[in-house]
Amino acid sequence: MPDRAWRNDAVAKVTGAARYTDDLKLPGLLHAVPVYSNFVHARIRTIRTGAAEAAEGVIRILTARDIPGANRHGQIRKDMPVLADDKIRYHGDVIAIVVARTRVQAVAAAALVEVVAEPLPAVLDPEEALRPDAVPVHEQHGSNLIHTHRVRRGDIERGFGESDFILEHDFQTQHVEHAYLETEAAVCLPRPDGVMEVRGSMQHPFSTRRFVAGTLGEPLANVEVVGTPLGGGFGGKDDTAALVCARAALAARLLGRPVKMTYDREWSMRESYKRHPYRVRYRMGVRRDGIIRAVHCRIVADGGAYCSVTPWVTWRSTVQCCGPYTVENVHCDTLGVYTNNVFTGAMRGFGSPQMNFVVEQMVEIAAEKLGMDAVEFRRLNMVQQDSLTITGQKLNQHRVAMGEALDRVREASSFEEKRKRCSHGSDEEEELYGIGLAMSYRGVSLGAEGADFTAATVNAQADGSILLDVGVHENGQGAESAMILVLARELGVRPDRIRLQRSSTATIPDSGTTVASRGTIMGGGAVVQAARELKRKIATTLSQRLGCPMEEIRFEGEAVHGRGQALPFAEAMAEMYKARVFPFAFGMFRAPEVSWDEETGQGDAYFTWVYGCQAVELTVNRRTGKVTLLGMTAAHDVGRAVNRPMVLGQFYGGMAMGAGYALQEEVRMEEGKIRNTNFHTYRILKADQLPDMQAVIIENPDPLSPSGAKSIGEPVNEIMAPAIANAIYNATGIRHFRIPILNPLSSESSAEDPPADRKEPS
Amino acid sequence: MKVHVNRKPVEVSGEALGTRLIDFLREELDLTGTKYSCGIGVCGSCTVLVDRKAVRSCRLEVRDVLDKKVLTIEGMLRPDGSLHPLQQAFLDAGAVQCGYCTPGMILTAHALLLRHPAPTREEIRSALRNNLCRCTGYQQIVEAVERAAPFYRK
Ligand code: FES
Ligand code: FES
Repeated sequence: MPDRAWRNDAVAKVTGAARYTDDLKLPGLLHAVPVYSNFVHARIRTIRTGAAEAAEGVIRILTARDIPGANRHGQIRKDMPVLADDKIRYHGDVIAIVVARTRVQAVAAAALVEVVAEPLPAVLDPEEALRPDAVPVHEQHGSNLIHTHRVRRGDIERGFGESDFILEHDFQTQHVEHAYLETEAAVCLPRPDGVMEVRGSMQHPFSTRRFVAGTLGEPLANVEVVGTPLGGGFGGKDDTAALVCARAALAARLLGRPVKMTYDREWSMRESYKRHPYRVRYRMGVRRDGIIRAVHCRIVADGGAYCSVTPWVTWRSTVQCCGPYTVENVHCDTLGVYTNNVFTGAMRGFGSPQMNFVVEQMVEIAAEKLGMDAVEFRRLNMVQQDSLTITGQKLNQHRVAMGEALDRVREASSFEEKRKRCSHGSDEEEELYGIGLAMSYRGVSLGAEGADFTAATVNAQADGSILLDVGVHENGQGAESAMILVLARELGVRPDRIRLQRSSTATIPDSGTTVASRGTIMGGGAVVQAARELKRKIATTLSQRLGCPMEEIRFEGEAVHGRGQALPFAEAMAEMYKARVFPFAFGMFRAPEVSWDEETGQGDAYFTWVYGCQAVELTVNRRTGKVTLLGMTAAHDVGRAVNRPMVLGQFYGGMAMGAGYALQEEVRMEEGKIRNTNFHTYRILKADQLPDMQAVIIENPDPLSPSGAKSIGEPVNEIMAPAIANAIYNATGIRHFRIPILNPLSSESSAEDPPADRKEPS
Repeated sequence: MKVHVNRKPVEVSGEALGTRLIDFLREELDLTGTKYSCGIGVCGSCTVLVDRKAVRSCRLEVRDVLDKKVLTIEGMLRPDGSLHPLQQAFLDAGAVQCGYCTPGMILTAHALLLRHPAPTREEIRSALRNNLCRCTGYQQIVEAVERAAPFYRK
């Protein structure tokens, strides 16, 4: 590929021609807006809509009673209402929707809807929510415990017995907003053929289709969700976005007219799910020679008002609770908990950023205790080729590149040399200098979290142009371009021959969601399979024409080659049509089998793993505490970089988001209400707060991935927080057990007093 | 009463004077390349140029731009319909991901390069500091602006 970036959708985006959901206009379009209440937890008595109905321009107010189908949805547990009926479970619950001629009219009328409800005590602290006498958020569910996961490996008592030091710390992380720049939006059109056509700012068309069809009480085939440019997702345009589509579709169906529902930033931040806040108590036992003998941890995740994908997110945390280290004795308990806070779900990283923040500091604390170099300590314990993970999976199906990633980052960042310059809180400097690193491994795709298979079709035309359809979704990350490049490479043709069909749930089988950084590996896998099937068809059909057995036919340089002769690709396709064989193929890729035992927390959790390491250099002003990021370096094994500039974009964007997570981002909840619902108070990093970043792409094509590619979107996002915490420690001498690190000079947020049984160095 | 939008005069009615500029552009003129994101002047997605200065169209009303020259992303194309070198630089540098911040970024960068065609990376970063991007970490956007700068020096 040329050095210049290539994307199929970029011209439309730089010219303003790309039409995102809110940019769409239709004749007769009505506008819908949500109505919230001021309750956090309450039993609904009545909803008075009279005044709102009489307001200017209002067509209709819809409440839960108007829903013809189901009012409970969810990917794992159906507990999320389209419109609240019995109870209000968090401050973002939508009580009603107002449909009016204009959006301004709808907003004005929404203020007139009155909710009469009986307040209930709100459970806002996950530990308190677990007490037997806590008020249940979902009565039908019994307790507030959403679910548990565990790992039981080896003998934890013996592990601690064999340890020379035992370290224990408590860690805490925060609610985080995805902060996609485009808010949720939907445009729904009831078509004359009876189909409800849905366009929306969402990243999971098939899940959206289930939400919409379920709400309408209609079969899946009655709903077509059409791909539309998406202004950012990061895992956050799933449940809430699907609910927004379901509400717009409900109004469109009942009124028989197209309906648009576009969210204000304040509504989006109030209602949409966040990254899970974690509380982690972590105990690590290490032997004097530097081997980690035991890890005991308890993870409590605040799931908020609805289940969403909490069991999947926390499953990943459980599987990866020891970071990229082999530990023989592990005891981990993970609890997902209902509260009346905003609900939490998928976000880039998916349960790993929280655990890496913990583990990658614990290893440094342990190394320091032992008087050992932290890099050496990591090396002694990290996974190697053929290692067994803490869930008993043998890493022998791919290249284990942990050491390689570590070394590449150390080199690229001049880590050893810079480390000597760290201030360690010295009082001689005004700007305290520190460099820190962190590393991780990450299971690729869904693993034992879910059904993992995707589909693609390749449809070559008689003139040699090609239509490609894949069941992965363009979230803005360049998924479509990557699919085109994978196909171009397989068929030996230029990418501009290939047009990706606008994705639609009506043309391709349900291929799951484009999350878990599975777009390239899973979608690419299906594309490769379809391409291979197509090549088989072409080779069989044209082998005589090309004067050689089909096995010898090659596809390269825009042509189909036989023995001593070649047909330009376009001519070859014309020949196919002449022979009355469609150059059309369907391909599917099924993730290799994985396994999991819920009781013991043992199994082959993921079919492959990726490895990455990041370093960050910074200064902390000794008086003001201001952190200045000087440099950030990342090395990740991506399998194969299908579209290099796009891979780099994932690196930089992921690191930036991770730095914001460490230093300043936090959804501030007060009594269950979010206080910062726009960008002046929820602050993401700006261009002048970030340094130039360095990306090192490591390529070890994965044998289990047909395209060789693995994944990158999330690995780059999951280790910046501990790298920054370690750098701040090396600058200031102060450990931070809580993010965001708003004041690096204050150790206020450090761990609780050590328990009595801690062994001290002898 | 008139405003000039993308080099064309547009008649404005008395009623429209109090309309937010962003709504006027998006709804009345169907120039939907100007994006709404925060609505309070913080994110820069709605940036347009008014008399060559980058402004936030969510914070202005039509009356504020009477007789002035408004440039939106749709007006960046060259007269022959080809991409402006700055747009091309965004493509080449891989500066576009979801693309939602892109129109605002391009216009802010355009205003910078018009007044200062040889900015340092720091100057580019500081000119872009009030345009948020969640996807790219800004690095390839800074590179795109650097790539395009020589064109403005000609
Ligand atoms: S929408 Fe105008 S600055 Fe954000
Ligand atoms: S490219 Fe998505 S916000 Fe900038």
